[in-house]
Amino acid sequence: MSVLSQLRRRGSILPPPPTNYDGGSGDSGGGSFPLSRAQLGMWVLLTAIIMLFAGLSSAYIVLHGLPQWQNITVPRIVWANTLVLFASSVALEFARQSVRRNQPAGVRQWMAVSGILGISFLVGQVIAWRQLVSAGVYLSTTIHSSFFYVLTGVHALHLVGGLVGLGVVFQKAFANKLTAANYESLKVFSLYWHFMDVVWIYCFLLLLLA
Amino acid sequence: MTDTHGHHHEDEHAHPQLGFWRKYVFSTDHKVIGIQYLITAMAMAVIGGTLSLLMRLQLGWPHGSFPFLASLMPKAFDSQGHMDAGFYLSLVTMHGTIMVFFLFTAVLTGGFGNFLIPLQIGARDMAFPFLNALSYWIFLLSCVVIFSALLVEGGAPLGGWTAYAPLSALPDAGPGQGTGMTLWITAIALFTASGLMGGLNYITTILTMRTKGLSMMRLPLTQWSLLITAVLGLLAFPVLLAAAILLVFDRVGGTSFFIPGGIILGGKLIEHTGGHPLLWQHLFWFFGHPEVYIVILPAMGIASDILATFCRKPIFSYKMMVYAMAAISGLSFIVWGHHMFVSGMSPFLGSVFTITTLLIAVPSAVKTFNWLGTVWGARIQFTSAGLFSIGFISLFVSGGLSGIFLGTSAADIQLQDTYFVVAHFHLVMAIAPLFAAYAGLYYWFPKMFGRFMNETAGKIHFWASFVGVYCVFFPMHILGIGGQMRRIYDPLNYAFLQPQQVLNVFVSISAFFLASAQIVFLVNFFVSIWAGKRVTENNPWKATTLEWETPCPTGHGNFGPELPVVHRWAFDYSPPGATEDFLPQTAPAVPAARQH
Repeated sequence: MSVLSQLRRRGSILPPPPTNYDGGSGDSGGGSFPLSRAQLGMWVLLTAIIMLFAGLSSAYIVLHGLPQWQNITVPRIVWANTLVLFASSVALEFARQSVRRNQPAGVRQWMAVSGILGISFLVGQVIAWRQLVSAGVYLSTTIHSSFFYVLTGVHALHLVGGLVGLGVVFQKAFANKLTAANYESLKVFSLYWHFMDVVWIYCFLLLLLA
Repeated sequence: MTDTHGHHHEDEHAHPQLGFWRKYVFSTDHKVIGIQYLITAMAMAVIGGTLSLLMRLQLGWPHGSFPFLASLMPKAFDSQGHMDAGFYLSLVTMHGTIMVFFLFTAVLTGGFGNFLIPLQIGARDMAFPFLNALSYWIFLLSCVVIFSALLVEGGAPLGGWTAYAPLSALPDAGPGQGTGMTLWITAIALFTASGLMGGLNYITTILTMRTKGLSMMRLPLTQWSLLITAVLGLLAFPVLLAAAILLVFDRVGGTSFFIPGGIILGGKLIEHTGGHPLLWQHLFWFFGHPEVYIVILPAMGIASDILATFCRKPIFSYKMMVYAMAAISGLSFIVWGHHMFVSGMSPFLGSVFTITTLLIAVPSAVKTFNWLGTVWGARIQFTSAGLFSIGFISLFVSGGLSGIFLGTSAADIQLQDTYFVVAHFHLVMAIAPLFAAYAGLYYWFPKMFGRFMNETAGKIHFWASFVGVYCVFFPMHILGIGGQMRRIYDPLNYAFLQPQQVLNVFVSISAFFLASAQIVFLVNFFVSIWAGKRVTENNPWKATTLEWETPCPTGHGNFGPELPVVHRWAFDYSPPGATEDFLPQTAPAVPAARQH
């Protein structure tokens, strides 16, 4: 008997012997994974985005602790923008409800509302930048203002990407490809869109609580 | 074994024939993308290696005159043929950047990851093939961008692959810090985007597309290592991107994230104020330390699987190998401060980082002893691939041991930024992964091209490289303890370094010897693609994993009409009672000839 099988007999840390190897653990491999490919892919992407904002906000926290930190006043319109973005997510949820109830017209309407609100948020953020500029607060004025422009800018870029995604799903809605049985693309997209709300609220709180 | 001839035609049925351009260039086939990654990375290795030879030329003969090179690169040498000091620093930066990102990260995850993941999990392609192709083309673009940094006015950046601020944040800080640094940041951002697309594919594919019966704990270690690496990349690279975004704003937007007040540049006080240069180091190394495991983990996985194949034994303690890799990757996020012991960081924090760093020795030792347990008592087949995987263990141990010294802040404060560090990280995270990559290339070459690489040339390549790397990197420990600084341009400038110059000469001569051994490999590789010995069976190495169920080279769609079904783990070598000395993962029931 080989040393190997002796070790196995003794119940050591070696893997089990190749007896009862006729089909295995009952795990059927990939089929058992609880998320669809697209959903998992989206979660992977969202993890990367979390780490991007974690990197930016840890820089924020470190620099905030320095004595030379100077606060700026965050424009009031940003509060309104936040509500608009939240409303955009709510509209998307109504679109999802419509698809579950097989109401294609409702899907298109609510998605359009969601998109318009998303664009309004971006316009509102640009207005906030213009207000800061006219108040003499530029990108390089203080570290706080630098972070205001960078965080809102990076978030806005992600929203622009999201609007492109919204366009793709919207096209599917128009081609009547979204059904109650299969609206995967809308599910995956709304994951991203709601997540952008959360990222925004996080950034906003960070900038407010300076 | 299944027959070789029938399969090929069945594969072609599953997928329509494509023209040359769609099949070999703009392909979405994971195998073609993998090979594209491999060959692009090889080209980058030749560039990065050449840069290191230029550095060794300068270090071996600091006052030497090189009129031939001066005629090729007139801006890099003065009229007497002496190398310019700024040019030397740009060589340091570009060698490091090219090797870390564009060779090792690319060859191990991009090359082997793309080629092997669908094949070893029994899938026809990646989860998102188009994204995968896009990942390669963005990678290629990033290679072109980083290479162009060598050619632009002012040359490549001077700050090393770590791009420390404020040097990197001020475009006027040096000749390469303008356009060169901008190109560096652009290339790294592109590389990050490409890596994210790859990682997204790897994670999704491994988790959701495994064939029937292939549970997670039946995956080959290569697959585990690629999965863990993809997760590391996913968590680490975005932080580098965040730092790069802030750096770009410092450079072009007038912000001061990394620039403190009071810097005088060109006789004038700069306008920036309020930033923190150490912040860059924290962000960079939060990415940078996981990055070295992004390089070493796939190397460990590849070496483990190849080692088991050529030892004809199961890998010792498979589960602990998986847990150890997971532990290493978890720890990699809480050790970054050991790169910053002399940066002025709080000494208390230094002690914390010392403890977390030394903890990494535990899973690393688990892996090392398991490799030894695998080799112990084995009838080893000394093929080129087998030799390189054993060489990997040797180098990983040699390089890893000095890591214990450097991870201890008390010793590191003495050794920081010396050639001891250069010796350490080259052995452990450059040469060891290089050996694993070589093992992988010799091993999977038949699967890629349907031919073998020449074994005699392979063994010459191995022995020359093995002796060569120890001759190059072992004396560097002594040079470092003797005080030779990292990135030094002229060691003869310092009286205390002059007595050990003979070692620099030895290292330089060894480096040229080592480089010539790699020419043997390159010739072998490219000649064997067209003229190597043909492979006549699916499974020339008698290995267990799923890629060996497919013909050599594997056709489009990988498997025949039916995907394989897995019945056992990946390490049934020399199972007691079996007729052959291995059982492929697809072997269904208990072999008939069993006796116990």
